[in-house]
Amino acid sequence: MDFQTFSTIVGVALLLMMIPVMWRMAVGPTALDRIMAVNVIGTKTAVLLVVIGVVFGQVGMFVDFALAYALLNFTGSLAAARYLHKTAPTGGGAEPIHPPADSQ
Amino acid sequence: MIFTIISVVLILAGLIFFLGGAVGLVRFPDFYSRMHAAGKGDTLSSFLVILGFAVYQLHDFHSFSHDWPTLLVILKLIGISVFILITSPTSTHALMDAGWEDEVKPVLEEGRPDHLSEDCDNF
Repeated sequence: MDFQTFSTIVGVALLLMMIPVMWRMAVGPTALDRIMAVNVIGTKTAVLLVVIGVVFGQVGMFVDFALAYALLNFTGSLAAARYLHKTAPTGGGAEPIHPPADSQ
Repeated sequence: MIFTIISVVLILAGLIFFLGGAVGLVRFPDFYSRMHAAGKGDTLSSFLVILGFAVYQLHDFHSFSHDWPTLLVILKLIGISVFILITSPTSTHALMDAGWEDEVKPVLEEGRPDHLSEDCDNF
């Protein structure tokens, strides 16, 4: 078995492992579960792009796609996390969000 | 040949960790433990799989003097794997923090003190 066949099998296995994560994305009790599932699928997709590059013999091209996808995935999940962060401080993180009650 | 064997071993190890992450994501009872499975499994397995493909590219690499494209691909693959190794725990931590502030309840053992409710009473 040559390496391209092996890479194809690895890609199919990655694709199959996305199915339970998609189930979690559809069912997930909280919104954060769904965001986490999207994040996991994004990471798997970045890996899958490298695998696709190896299968088609175009690694030099697909590596750039994978890099861009990893960057976008990170930015997207951070933005979603900050959006759902209810008590995020509005101006920098220097001062404590909830000062202790006996500080008066 | 030796590069191919090393890369196959790395990729198979990565796939096993991916499988563990997927199973944990489906079967764990609450948000925090699911996050734990997803964060750790994804980080290590992406690192291993991409590193495996980087090792396989060494197979095509002959000399430093006139094989810059392959060297560039190897460096980019290592860059992606290091980038995922840094950013995946960061986004996991951000989501976990958002869940804590959103008062997502953990599943607790009997008799464990519920620190989350105490924290929320102080708000």
